Amino acid sequence: MKRVVVVGNGMVGYKFCEKLRNRTSDHELIIYGEEPRPAYDRVHLSSYFSGKTADDLLMAPASWYQENNVTLFTGELVTEIDRKHKTIRTHTGKTDHYDYLVLATGSSAFVPSIEGAERDGVFVYRTIEDLNQIMSYGKKIKKAAVMGGGLLGLEAAKALIDLGLETHVVEFAQRLMPRQLDDAGAAILAYKLSQLGIAINTGKSTSKIEGNGKLEALYFTDGTVLPVEMLVISAGIRPRDEVAKSCGLNVHARGGVIVDDSLRTSDENIFAIGEVAVHNNMVYGLVAPGYDMAECVVREIVGETPKLFTGYDMSTKLKLIGVDVGSFGDVFGDTPGSIPIAFQDKRNGVYKRINISADGKYLLGGILVGDAAQYNLFHQMVVNKMPLPAQPESLIIGTPGKAAEGAGVKSLPGTAQICSCENVCKDDLVTQITEKGVKTIQELKKNTKACTGCGGCTPMVNDILKITLESMGFKVKKNLCEHFDYTRQELYDIIRVKGIKDYEALLNSHGKGDGCEVCKPAVASLLASIWNELISEQDTIQDTNDRFLANIQRGGTYSVVPRIAGGEITPAKLMAIGRIAEKYNLYTKITGGQRIDMFGARVDQLPDIWQELIAEGFESGHAYGKALRTVKSCVGSTWCRFGVQDSVSFAIFVEDRYKGLRAPHKLKGAVSGCIRECAEAQSKDFGIIATEKGWNLYVCGNGGSHPQHAKLLVSDVDTDTCVKLIDRFLMFYIRTADPLTRTATWLNKMEGGLEYLRDVIVNDSLGIGEDLEKEMQGLIDNYQCEWKKVVETPELRARFRHFVNDESADETLSFVDMRGQKCPPDWNTKTTR
Amino acid sequence: MEQLNELKIATTVETDNHTWFRAARVEDFPANGGACVKYGDQQIAVFNFTRRNEWYACQNLCPHKMQMALSRGMIGSQEGEPKVACPFHKKTFSLRNGQCLNAEEQNITVYPVRIENGFVYIGVAKP
Repeated sequence: MKRVVVVGNGMVGYKFCEKLRNRTSDHELIIYGEEPRPAYDRVHLSSYFSGKTADDLLMAPASWYQENNVTLFTGELVTEIDRKHKTIRTHTGKTDHYDYLVLATGSSAFVPSIEGAERDGVFVYRTIEDLNQIMSYGKKIKKAAVMGGGLLGLEAAKALIDLGLETHVVEFAQRLMPRQLDDAGAAILAYKLSQLGIAINTGKSTSKIEGNGKLEALYFTDGTVLPVEMLVISAGIRPRDEVAKSCGLNVHARGGVIVDDSLRTSDENIFAIGEVAVHNNMVYGLVAPGYDMAECVVREIVGETPKLFTGYDMSTKLKLIGVDVGSFGDVFGDTPGSIPIAFQDKRNGVYKRINISADGKYLLGGILVGDAAQYNLFHQMVVNKMPLPAQPESLIIGTPGKAAEGAGVKSLPGTAQICSCENVCKDDLVTQITEKGVKTIQELKKNTKACTGCGGCTPMVNDILKITLESMGFKVKKNLCEHFDYTRQELYDIIRVKGIKDYEALLNSHGKGDGCEVCKPAVASLLASIWNELISEQDTIQDTNDRFLANIQRGGTYSVVPRIAGGEITPAKLMAIGRIAEKYNLYTKITGGQRIDMFGARVDQLPDIWQELIAEGFESGHAYGKALRTVKSCVGSTWCRFGVQDSVSFAIFVEDRYKGLRAPHKLKGAVSGCIRECAEAQSKDFGIIATEKGWNLYVCGNGGSHPQHAKLLVSDVDTDTCVKLIDRFLMFYIRTADPLTRTATWLNKMEGGLEYLRDVIVNDSLGIGEDLEKEMQGLIDNYQCEWKKVVETPELRARFRHFVNDESADETLSFVDMRGQKCPPDWNTKTTR
Repeated sequence: MEQLNELKIATTVETDNHTWFRAARVEDFPANGGACVKYGDQQIAVFNFTRRNEWYACQNLCPHKMQMALSRGMIGSQEGEPKVACPFHKKTFSLRNGQCLNAEEQNITVYPVRIENGFVYIGVAKP
């Protein structure tokens, strides 16, 4: 049995293990990693700043190594290789023997030798430890810069923006991403990024990092100065070739272990893969070629038909801070005779360039900025040498969106590589769908691993899934249910445009059959969101909670929650709740939303209880509805010695404004009076945090089973602007979300993500801002307390009885005592009466 | 006067297989919705399926978690089959034959319904 030792547990080292174990369990496999945790996804490092945890980023959990019989040593840096005896030694003194040694030590951040680079506040952007340091330092400062305007540098800039810092990018070259973009493309990118608040400084060579102990300013060779408190260096990579060098392997003058087409180093038993390897004078700083190298070495070691590494296409597509950037094939048109065709639209921030062959027959390469939807198609046209249309310019100047990407996917050959990270071709995907019966993107990912690397191929895989399913006669549409061939969003428009006011009318005009428990409440919610008429007028299309305006609980009784806006309540009202709860023998509990829930009310008691509550000045809390629940608040500046704004008053104002608002799912808000965030606003659908200058507005947070932090939409806005933006945000959500989708999930599924949302809400990119505000105002003006109406209307009140033919209550109800209050018996042990 | 009229209409009618008892007036039941009827110590859910111009009745107890709740459920159809969804966990049952349509739950008992002179009668099988 051969013993294979891998040095370096990064993405490529891990992938090597995965590929080897997919082939055979015959070899012993040992992997050493210098970092304290197993391999993680470095490509998506910046998502660590927007809420992902270190565990989320792991390539595989530690248990994977065990299950696959891979011995993993973390926190062990290999410092010596004894080639004669085929042994290695780590910095802790551990020794090991190998038959094959695979160096996957990767690279470290290149730090240029600039005076002052050792100061506090200077970081590199490479590992999770780096990120932790940047995060904790970032909390203490306001202004930061990134040195390096390449791929990784711009990723780092996004991370700094996510930290809420004023962010500068400093690039030595005259343009951003000099290896991927031409001047015009880089200019468009710089323009887009500056709109997002990132200051771009190109053509700047840093001469000195100045400060008294800690960083205070950057000095440039042109004499200018940029005052910043933190610097993240992302100026390139340095292959980690120290251990290779010290054992006498051939290394390149500029760093990196020299390998041949089999990825062999100058020692036949030692391979090098990933960013540490120098192949044909090239270091490949992307993950896909690293995976390809891993594949070659695995084949070599298990004795399969060898695959040679002969270089790699460096085409890339990525989303940089919400701006799509792609460059593919012969980016700059270096092929002799090549003809560039370019399209530039400064207004929309789009730049497209294609380089075609001298005879006009083939696409050689190009650049896409601002709209890279065609990247996959163009890339495949280059790779597969597909013929160009007669007017090649039509590829880039067609009406946007009209030249549907889907159509392009159709014409790709089966051998076209779709996922370059995992080397999945179109046929692999189609076979899964046509022969294995795969119908969802999740299954497709699981079976082929496509989209699991960089994720760049996801849109194309989605298209292939959709087109293939359609060609098999499946309809791919998110219809509400069997009774409506429309999505929720389509029905929203239909109801509004046609002025439809009731469910039956909608079912008659746009549906079929008799409805069901899915479409009825969904349409009820839409009607309520659009017209805000009393839901009790169409009670039988409501879920039971909305029908009886209370929350059904175990045993069939209901709970009652009066509104206590912002959690503020007078002692008199507290006593009123106490008195009423005692009178009706209700179990009481404080809720998570700072109000009081009274449990155990029989359906026939509900109107009586509400009559008394209303007489005491309470109104419905809508705890039963897919509606605004509470706006939680901390005590704020009125009492708290730390508070900077009056969070309670604002919370009460906001809760009163949106009370009764029906939405695709429940809505929760919160207002915190200062940065300490005691109201936990970042776990809410909309959260407001006071600053010295105004309010920061966060959106789309979520507690529940998949907690998600809310994202910062705008900072330091005044009260009116804040309210206006919440109006727009909530209305846009109500208009466009699928049924029973919380704002967090809605955002996760939104194409363009937070940047798109911000564009619509803050920059009003769709020009619907005013409409949204108007619609919201209409709903607010139409608000009435549902319970007040029921209490005052005998016909509505008459519906609240258990038996239609008998005045008695349901005698099957039973309760047990728990800590001095009543509770329903456990229904898992309850027997039939 | 009204009471006199009601007295003329029988509260129970016997046929070969069923005892038909008078449950309530037609207008006591919401359109396209249900209400619960008491018959001795039994609870029966009655549905006024106006859209189909049909009436259905079934046991009020949902067999899933033994909750007296089906009368508060939403009604609808699944490929033409009339059904009710329990408000607790949305288990659905055919109103025609009582079969559970979306889970492996026990069947529920269904009862025939007749409308006479503006009253709803429910047929309970004779022992």
